Amino acid sequence: MKTNIYVKSRVAIVGAGMTLFRRRMLETPQELAWIAARRALDQAGLELRDIDCVVSGSAPDAFDGVHLKGEYYSEGAGAIRKPHVRVFVGGGTGVFVPIAAWWHVASGLCRRVLVVAEEKMSSAADPHPQAVFRHIWDPFTEKPLNPNLIWIFALEMHRYMHKCSVSKEDIALVAVKNKRNALDNPYAQAAANITVEDVLKSELLVYPVNRLDISPVSDGAAALVMVSEEWARRLTDTPVWVDGIGYTLDTSYWTNRELSFPVYLKNASEMAYRMAGIDRPAKEIDVAEPYDPFDYKELHHLEGLGLVPRCKAAEMTREGVTQRDGDLPICPSGGLLGVGNPIAAAGLMKVAEIFWQLRGEAGRRQVKKSVTTGLAQAWGDLMQVGTVVILRR
Amino acid sequence: MGYSGFTRSSEHLSFREMVFQAALKAYDDTGDLDPRREVDAFISCQEDFWEGVSISDEFAPDQLGGVLKPVYTITGDGLHCMANAYMMIKSGVADVVVIESHGKPSEIASMRDILLFTLDPIYVRPLKIPNPHAIQALEARMFMEARRISREDLGIYVVQTKNNGLLSSRAPYSYRLSLEDYMVSEYVAEPLTLFDIAGYSDAAIVAILAGEDTARKIAKEPVWIDGVGWATEISTIELRSMDEDVSTKIASEMSYKQAGIDNPARSIDAVEVDERYSYKALQAIEALGLVRKDELALELRSGGLSRSGSTPVNPGGGALSEGLPLEAHGLARLLSAYEQLRGRAGRAQLGDVERIAIHSWRGLGTSSSVVAIVSR
Repeated sequence: MKTNIYVKSRVAIVGAGMTLFRRRMLETPQELAWIAARRALDQAGLELRDIDCVVSGSAPDAFDGVHLKGEYYSEGAGAIRKPHVRVFVGGGTGVFVPIAAWWHVASGLCRRVLVVAEEKMSSAADPHPQAVFRHIWDPFTEKPLNPNLIWIFALEMHRYMHKCSVSKEDIALVAVKNKRNALDNPYAQAAANITVEDVLKSELLVYPVNRLDISPVSDGAAALVMVSEEWARRLTDTPVWVDGIGYTLDTSYWTNRELSFPVYLKNASEMAYRMAGIDRPAKEIDVAEPYDPFDYKELHHLEGLGLVPRCKAAEMTREGVTQRDGDLPICPSGGLLGVGNPIAAAGLMKVAEIFWQLRGEAGRRQVKKSVTTGLAQAWGDLMQVGTVVILRR
Repeated sequence: MGYSGFTRSSEHLSFREMVFQAALKAYDDTGDLDPRREVDAFISCQEDFWEGVSISDEFAPDQLGGVLKPVYTITGDGLHCMANAYMMIKSGVADVVVIESHGKPSEIASMRDILLFTLDPIYVRPLKIPNPHAIQALEARMFMEARRISREDLGIYVVQTKNNGLLSSRAPYSYRLSLEDYMVSEYVAEPLTLFDIAGYSDAAIVAILAGEDTARKIAKEPVWIDGVGWATEISTIELRSMDEDVSTKIASEMSYKQAGIDNPARSIDAVEVDERYSYKALQAIEALGLVRKDELALELRSGGLSRSGSTPVNPGGGALSEGLPLEAHGLARLLSAYEQLRGRAGRAQLGDVERIAIHSWRGLGTSSSVVAIVSR
């Protein structure tokens, strides 16, 4: 993979916004998208008429129950008489939307781009939105077995625990931390003060996954405004630059892979680091929002991102390094476990959080150390996709 | 470029096998491109409901050679993939990008339900429109009335494009049709008959895009992308302009600006337009600025849009002849233009073509279009 690191244009984020993350929101998908978009425009000091292009993202159409979902919600995302495209990499979509927006701006075709991610999961499928995941499998070799999404993540979690000698207690610490961090997040759905014991004692879904190891079902939307360098200087004194983007997709045949380490994420982050000129990520990244739909995924992803040596993430979590006042604050927003998981919107929320952290606008969530470089990451498909953006003040 | 299919059914191949065939042909078309070493990124244009799989992105990488490399999906027409590949190359983040789109409608058991699922679930779907084509028929009628286009005029276009399809090897729905037969055919939804609505076909298409220096190295006769534009009008059907194709107009203005075209009628030698409904092709020709609003009917009758006219439209047939391979339709237009510009269109080859405008729309119930200008 030869990625040109000498890209000429710089692209900045100048505004971010999001909706409440909740189960069973009354707003339609279009309304959710617009609430988030309006807030991002407000922070950027722009109106819809100032926007050249719209890039949006949303996970499976089956959640909202609309075919060509991107066409349907485009009006809410502000795409009225404008160039609009919807990108889709499963759960990795939320962080992929700003990646696609990056080349909309860096190519010179658009100067001011509205970036929107929306998801409305709770009205899907009876009795539970999980049923949508019945149809994500290879139709010939896997679907006849009728697997459930939590089963395969349980396989991955178990494999990781075995290979890295990580205990359930260590993993539960992530849920405890993120749900506590979310207590300071006004948009959060699943904030709580819980203990490791609460996690271990919660309902067992598929061993080794208990209910409190997983993020909830949510509705919500998030949005950013991304602009060219010239416009960033004109609009704000404190732009946040998107200095690195990276993404890769592994094979569809997940059963043939070693699940204990996310190689796809290693490749994706190396692409982003190279572009951002980062040689030693563990030293140069100040704050990160890795994707945490399950608590073990935060540990798994920290290792894939190269922020922690392999199999050391649990130890680091135990020592408090990843706490908001630690040396490497991880998921200060509260993550998916605490804020909620409206899939694509959750990924974009992570980018928004890093944006706010770097501008010092995170309020009670602001990390203790001074931060200049941050990273947001998402993951999806059949444990296959890694998407990474690196932001700098 | 490479393709597989354009058949009414393809039960002997999975969609992955079709894409694999198309990819091999495309890699071979450049000589001997190794996707594992020489391609920076891959894009797939597909939609979940067409695939019958949620998160269809999962099944994009293997058959293209993209495993563990940058691969992503756009839920859009193949030309949306082209637009993004173009931007990636322009921005400098990639130099060689492979785009893919495929459609296998022969495997869709409940097409009507899927079409109805396109409609707004709160305000439109509860109307339980018995025939989804009725929405486009409404648009067709408003357009025809506003431009004074009669059913005979529409028939002239259909007869012409079906005949063009006879010159193509990818046209399972082409046949010699007379205007008399067209005029006596039954309505699906007035004013549209079965002849006005494209049937379905299975196909997979792969194209390789590269920056200028690399393109000159890996291809003997590259086709250049001079500009690409895309746009959505508005998703609410009742707020949409029905006589004018606004999204195509905005998209074409965007692409003309990049290509430095002031007078499209003079600069464009031929067009490949979306033809999943007959009237939609005419709307697009007008929106592309190739024919004036009040001259559309005249142009049709005088043969200006035929193969020998001043603006040949779909010279090797469009969707009415090829069938509609869903999101691959836009790349089918690109494929035809690519063959024309390289002089490889066989019996469909036009005399002297330098520059072609290609267009696609996202189909029933939508108002999104892409326009690209390609030249040799």
